Amino acid sequence: MNAHILLQQLVNGVVLGSVYGLIAVGYTMVYGIIGMINFAHGEVYMIAAYLTAIFLAALTLLGIQSPPVVILMVLILTMAVTALYGWSIERIAYKPLRHSTRLAPLISAIGMSLILQNFVRIAQGARNQGIPTLLDGGVRLMENGPEQFVQITHAQILIVVTAIVSMGALWYLIQGTAMGRACRAVQQDRTMAALLGVDTDRIISVVFVLGASMAAVAGTLVTFNYGSFDFFIGFVTGIKAFTAAVLGGIGSLPGAMLGGLVLGLSESIFSGFVNTDYKDVFAFSLLVLVLIFRPSGLLGHPEVEKV
Amino acid sequence: MNSMRTGALALLVWGWMWGGAGLADAGTVRIGVAGPFSGGQAAFGEQFWRGAEQAVKDVNAQGGIHGDTIELVKGDDSCEPKQAVAVANRLVDLEKVVAVVGHFCSASTIPAFEVYAEAGLLAITPGSTNPKVTERGFPTIFRTCGRDDQQGVVGAEFVVKQLKAQRVAVIHDKDTYGQGLADAMKAHLATLGLKEVLYEGLTRGEKDFNALVTKLRSVKADAVYFGGLHSEAGPLVRQMREQGVTAPLISGDGIMSETFVTSAGGPKFVDGVFMTFGADPRKLPTGLSLVERFRKSGYEPEGYTLYAYATVQAMVAAMRATKSTEGAKLAAWLKANTVETVMGNKSWNAKGDLKISDYVMYRWTSDGKYEELPR
Repeated sequence: MNAHILLQQLVNGVVLGSVYGLIAVGYTMVYGIIGMINFAHGEVYMIAAYLTAIFLAALTLLGIQSPPVVILMVLILTMAVTALYGWSIERIAYKPLRHSTRLAPLISAIGMSLILQNFVRIAQGARNQGIPTLLDGGVRLMENGPEQFVQITHAQILIVVTAIVSMGALWYLIQGTAMGRACRAVQQDRTMAALLGVDTDRIISVVFVLGASMAAVAGTLVTFNYGSFDFFIGFVTGIKAFTAAVLGGIGSLPGAMLGGLVLGLSESIFSGFVNTDYKDVFAFSLLVLVLIFRPSGLLGHPEVEKV
Repeated sequence: MNSMRTGALALLVWGWMWGGAGLADAGTVRIGVAGPFSGGQAAFGEQFWRGAEQAVKDVNAQGGIHGDTIELVKGDDSCEPKQAVAVANRLVDLEKVVAVVGHFCSASTIPAFEVYAEAGLLAITPGSTNPKVTERGFPTIFRTCGRDDQQGVVGAEFVVKQLKAQRVAVIHDKDTYGQGLADAMKAHLATLGLKEVLYEGLTRGEKDFNALVTKLRSVKADAVYFGGLHSEAGPLVRQMREQGVTAPLISGDGIMSETFVTSAGGPKFVDGVFMTFGADPRKLPTGLSLVERFRKSGYEPEGYTLYAYATVQAMVAAMRATKSTEGAKLAAWLKANTVETVMGNKSWNAKGDLKISDYVMYRWTSDGKYEELPR
């Protein structure tokens, strides 16, 4: 084994893990606040990829060329519209079921996921879609002859930096603002928070909006990095991100980020040094093992039975 | 819309032939077109449909099958084996088709063909190249394309003799078609005295193959063979180039679609990718006028379009000659005779494979097109 290859796999893993983490945040926040798994969250990420391409085309039509401006504007626009999707999904599919059985919103979520997937398939076509490359090239570290280097593309740097910045912003929003305090209060005890004057419906909407914006960041970054997407990308990535959320401890924000990183790194290390065929088998075995020894995940709190 | 147009055309033809005399004689022959019309491989389904649709229009305009007009029925399997069986049952039981053009993905074709064989239906796939399709002794099963074992031979010969590669990595997508192709490649590399340096499968539907690409670097591959489809081949080749892997990528007919360029994120990434495919049917003298007509209507008959056209031609020829739509009779006739198609004369052996396959190497160019390599 040589150091270049190991470092390169670490880079691959961190990039992949950042994407998983960004999406996992959406799963974990929704679970934390209303105790349901939002299975339509993967589709929100997929929609963000399409919106990225649409806004990119629109900005190009308007004659805006400079890559940093384009990237920033596409990111902001995509986040805004995707947030709207997140908000409407909650309003349409989950809010009316707030006081029904636990199973109802779950089924509603699966239905929502199918609706979004098929809507995009019919409206946009089933083919692979692509965008032109905006960010070219990369940095080579420790270069020492052919094959002996660690390469980080500019798009990968963008992924990791944006992920850190947006996670930081989210962390501040939750820990440092009045709205964040309301979110935490609703998470701890929804009834009590409501009694103390917190508009819980509004806070739940806020959580969906925040989760969707994070998925939008992931969708935009992934589209800039890999250049292509189709209506089905939400499924595999969504499942992986959900796994990351459970691995880190569902309901815990730092847990989702950590879970994403652990999953991304373990996938790329296993794939790189053992076998790509069994990469997913390994990732899910890891999940099972963690859940056996820490049923609430790496950073999750064991659920206290409320009487 | 399509059925309306064919219907109008049929009426017109019927008017010519009978002058409004005998309504009772104008029957219809229903033929199923099964393939991925949705999902990631929908581009191939469209090729099937365009080819078959045009063939049916032309046949009906020439008087159909002894006065009967042909009607096409679409069956969408999304390249999902389970859905393919459901589609096959629907075509047989509900739609009452007498023959099927399809399916595309080998993993779908294999189970679906059991349904057709059981019903005694003629089924011809224009695009499934996995050997198993015709290896199971079903009498009414055919294909108008080659087989992966033939494709693997051509690919391996090219990699070893033309590219002079020493360290070949073989990657597949763990699917029936992709892995079958990779296995054929691996087997023929072995007969040429070369052991692959890496043999691994990636997951269909994922986009990040960076870990695998780094592994290609670590084993110092000087050629990478990929058994799979364009939706994974695109991101794979892009990430190879981004990580500075300059080894050529060689693949099979699964990347034979301009969508490959989109999925790679632009023509510059597909530049220099090689693939095996049948000799370009668009260049054959027998198909020139048809290709011209397709282009006039604004459609480029790429990939399997002409294969599907030829498949319908073979079915029609058999139906006209035997005056029957019975699978066993049609199959016996096809195995005993040669059919003139837009792709030249085709004849089949007892298994239902083409007697002559014509795989050649193609190369993708920097403008996002592909060209046949000079032989």
